[in-house]
Amino acid sequence: MIIDRNPGMKPDFDWVKTIRVNRSAVERRAATITTRRTVKQNWQAAWLLRAITNIDLTSLSGDDTQGRIRRLAAKARQPVRADVLKALGVQNLNIHPGALCVYHQFVKTAVAALDGSGIPVAAVSTGFPAGLSPLETRIREIELSVAAGACEIDIVIERHMVLTGDWQGLYDLVCDARKACGKAHLKVILATGELGTLNNVARASLVAMMAGADFIKTSTGKEPVNATLPVALSMVRMIRDYYQRTGYRIGFKPAGGISDAKTALNFMILMKEELGNDWLSPQLFRIGASSLLSDIERQLEHCATGRYAARHHQPLV
Amino acid sequence: MSVTEIFDNMEYGPAIESAKAAQDWLDSHDRSFDLFVAGKWQKASGGSFKSTNPANGEFLADIGLGNAGDIDKAVKAASKAMGKWQSLSCHARAKYLYALARLVQKHARILAVLETLDNGKPIRESRDIDIPLVARHFYHHAGWAQLLDDEFAGFKPLGVVGQIIPWNFPLLMLAWKIAPALAAGNVVVLKPAEYTPLTALYFCELCQKAGIPEGVINIVTGDGETGKALVAHQAISKIAFTGSSEVGKYITRETAGTGKQLTLELGGKSPFILFDDADIDSAIEGIVDAIWFNQGEVCCAGSRLLVQEGIAETVYAKLRQRMSKLRIGNPLDKTIDIGALADEVQLHQVQAMVDQGVDEGASLWQPDITLPNSGCYIRPGLLTDIDPASTLVQEEIFGPFLVAMSFRTPSEAIALANNSKYGLAASIWSENINTALDMAAEVKAGVVWINSTNQFDAACGFGGFRQSGYGREGGREGMYSCLKPSGLKAKKLGIFKPAKLKTTSPKPGQIDRTAKHYIGGKQCRADNGQSIPVINADGSLAGEVADGSRKDIRNAVEAATRATGWSRATAHLRAQIIYYIAENLQIRADELANRIRTMTGTSAKKASREVEQSIETIFTCAAWADKYDGAVHSPPVRNVAIAMNEPLGVLGIVAPQDNPLLGLVSLIFPAIATGNRVVVIPSDIHPLAATDFYQVLETSDLPAGVVNIVTGEQCALAKTLSQHDEVSGIWYFGNPQAVKTVQYEAAANLKQIWTHDGFETDWQSADIRQFLRKATQVKNIWIPYGA
Repeated sequence: MIIDRNPGMKPDFDWVKTIRVNRSAVERRAATITTRRTVKQNWQAAWLLRAITNIDLTSLSGDDTQGRIRRLAAKARQPVRADVLKALGVQNLNIHPGALCVYHQFVKTAVAALDGSGIPVAAVSTGFPAGLSPLETRIREIELSVAAGACEIDIVIERHMVLTGDWQGLYDLVCDARKACGKAHLKVILATGELGTLNNVARASLVAMMAGADFIKTSTGKEPVNATLPVALSMVRMIRDYYQRTGYRIGFKPAGGISDAKTALNFMILMKEELGNDWLSPQLFRIGASSLLSDIERQLEHCATGRYAARHHQPLV
Repeated sequence: MSVTEIFDNMEYGPAIESAKAAQDWLDSHDRSFDLFVAGKWQKASGGSFKSTNPANGEFLADIGLGNAGDIDKAVKAASKAMGKWQSLSCHARAKYLYALARLVQKHARILAVLETLDNGKPIRESRDIDIPLVARHFYHHAGWAQLLDDEFAGFKPLGVVGQIIPWNFPLLMLAWKIAPALAAGNVVVLKPAEYTPLTALYFCELCQKAGIPEGVINIVTGDGETGKALVAHQAISKIAFTGSSEVGKYITRETAGTGKQLTLELGGKSPFILFDDADIDSAIEGIVDAIWFNQGEVCCAGSRLLVQEGIAETVYAKLRQRMSKLRIGNPLDKTIDIGALADEVQLHQVQAMVDQGVDEGASLWQPDITLPNSGCYIRPGLLTDIDPASTLVQEEIFGPFLVAMSFRTPSEAIALANNSKYGLAASIWSENINTALDMAAEVKAGVVWINSTNQFDAACGFGGFRQSGYGREGGREGMYSCLKPSGLKAKKLGIFKPAKLKTTSPKPGQIDRTAKHYIGGKQCRADNGQSIPVINADGSLAGEVADGSRKDIRNAVEAATRATGWSRATAHLRAQIIYYIAENLQIRADELANRIRTMTGTSAKKASREVEQSIETIFTCAAWADKYDGAVHSPPVRNVAIAMNEPLGVLGIVAPQDNPLLGLVSLIFPAIATGNRVVVIPSDIHPLAATDFYQVLETSDLPAGVVNIVTGEQCALAKTLSQHDEVSGIWYFGNPQAVKTVQYEAAANLKQIWTHDGFETDWQSADIRQFLRKATQVKNIWIPYGA
């Protein structure tokens, strides 16, 4: 599948202002979307393997070290134990996460550790997680990460722009970031847990896409509330509208708090139902997570053997 | 399919809920069921019929076919159990209902599977909606049972209640019927639907487990004839029916004049009104919940989409896209949105109706989704290029088909929404609170969901306006449908005859005077130009009154229909005017007392007392006008659920033959205090109290058409009134001979009829609140919120 890259569009803030999101109705849909669909047996295994390919395997801690990042990279190369893959008959699928996501400081380490694997490195950028350092330094940070080998850049927006309706400011900010990214793909983190309303979430999503985002992403993982299904629903509906208006497909990345296989499947069902199968490909769907992978491994082992797996039997992420 | 293939195509696979426990249970009964009467399984005398799974045609069980004899046995068992059940304390009855709630929860899974096997609805719905609501209904009504004496002081149970339920929500409808009836102290005989008896039969075992006393709950399975026998049984006090409007009308006619009370939950063609400022994506999901819930076999399905013209094409496009995502198939599959229709008969009926709509010119769009090879499946459909004149816009399809039309303005939306014989539910989508609440107030529907749809809860009354039926189920308003005032008299009301005329000429020197009708705020002569004499108790001629005919009734109803301003007026204004009427009546108290004395021959003291009491009653009604508040219910969701008391509209009033003034005002003023407009047929023996009284009305700023008075022969005029389809309800307290006719004729548009049932009414100590309740219908408005 070839995804034409979103060139962005001239800002249309009238469109932005017409957006209405009814929280109660969105919550009802979010609550039932996962009770209307489920996957069992082989379907569960296949969907979980797909989920692994959607993961941005992430370490964004103040105490990250080169050793820690190398261990993460090693896990990305071998996300599932070979015996489990064999039992499921999927050795040839070459399952690996969508990317490794790290701070700028560790981009080089990650690139080196993943050399030859085909797994891209993503860097969180622009004064993560608050996004309030001087614009010049944020832009420079993007350029440095790209220069260091990051193929994907996750930026954070300035929340005050959304909270005060400064859509032009937000548009300009994302445009600047996109320009600095060059060939690297741009993921725009909305920090939805700090935007107050789903209306704001939807409107910020649209402005980010108009300004050229390749992906829109829910959270840094550092806000009090991270990826929730109602937030995801509000964002993916905007992706659908943007696609219908412009013909460009924008990716979606929920991040933060998705730590078990069941939750990951819920998000995938939401993507399939609201946007279709294209949006289950790693080109258009990522899940920012770290411990999620271990839980998926355990479920896969259960699919393969019928036995409930122990955590300590899965190689540490 | 291999993991690798699925990894590539990312499809859904089967996720079948096991039916083993349910099948084992059927086997444990040798797939053959008797009737549940007096706490025991008893052989049906009418033979048996088969229950099958509509999803695959598989035989499920042989079901006992109850006949009239079986119904009689069941009613006798119930009657026998009644005394003991009613003598239990509230707490004791509450414990039984609580036990049923707990048992439903403990058997939730098998009940859900049985429901899906029998009815064809998706397991997601039976598991997540039907059965949890059943448990909730018993919990909620365990509470009403506990509080009965305190909260419903002055009321008593009706007795043996006959209940007939439909096949679309089999166990839920059973719960809606049985829980409130039992909580109020009634005993029941319930007939499940022919297609779907299984969960009711399982419920019998739960009753045994709960130790429900023998005979309190009787379940008689069968067909239409079984239901007829139940309706016809003499010892039944009330029929509670959910089903088609046609059968509702049949029941109304059959029970006319029998004194049986009715609660009818009938059909609908409920509007789904979508404004351009709504959250459209959410509204699309709302439409899915409105019409593709339970295969569209839902009485309150939002089956008529009204969408603002500017967004109509966008909405239809989004809708088509969404419909393509619906999954149809084995209802036991947890990933299925639409299961099988309940029966082949139903499937053919739905298909025939849709074919007819297409023949009439509608455009049908159906998604290209796969159906199973066999079973009662049908693709969902969207019908556009359709207008109010189309059959499919007027008639209930009762299948997964949505008709869609556009509107330009809020007032046009309401005009279209209310252009229906039905009035069950409405769904309104707008982010503008002004628009949404205005629509909610204007729409003729018993249940209104703002920015949501098909929300149900035991705490909120459910039921319709117009031909969608009457009575409510759920909440406090539902409890009133299971009770009657304890002070009712049991003395048969006699027929009053005028005194014998001794002198045909008025007293010498008196100017000849013929009282007229009072219609549209004006005195007017009888259409036929005739008048009839009024005779005093002493045989002298009291005067003459207009001899009312069909056309006078027509004119009076027209005037009342036009006086819509009264229903919209503030309660304060209504109170002011009603107080003023009392004030003006006071001025003419002596004259009225004198009139009553000479007409009826009662003592001067009693006549004065009747006038005084009339003034007091009018004052009471004025007092209530701005105090007969609704309620805010507490369903378990984040919302405000408002129960609003709304007037019926145009109300026909047939006043008692005796108590010419007090009876008259006791009926008129509760009705108009709550915003109704009335057409009154006063006593035909003593009509002059009414004609004197309209002079009071004329001087009291009462807007034209609010009260219209037509004199003449009660029985004939009442029949015409009950045949008028603009009239929403009739209070019949007149000549007892016409009770049956009025009830029978009212069936055609399902007017709400309230009568004395042929018994005396104690006008001197009547509780006005009872009248206010009868003058209004509760509209429940669900308003979810969330910033």
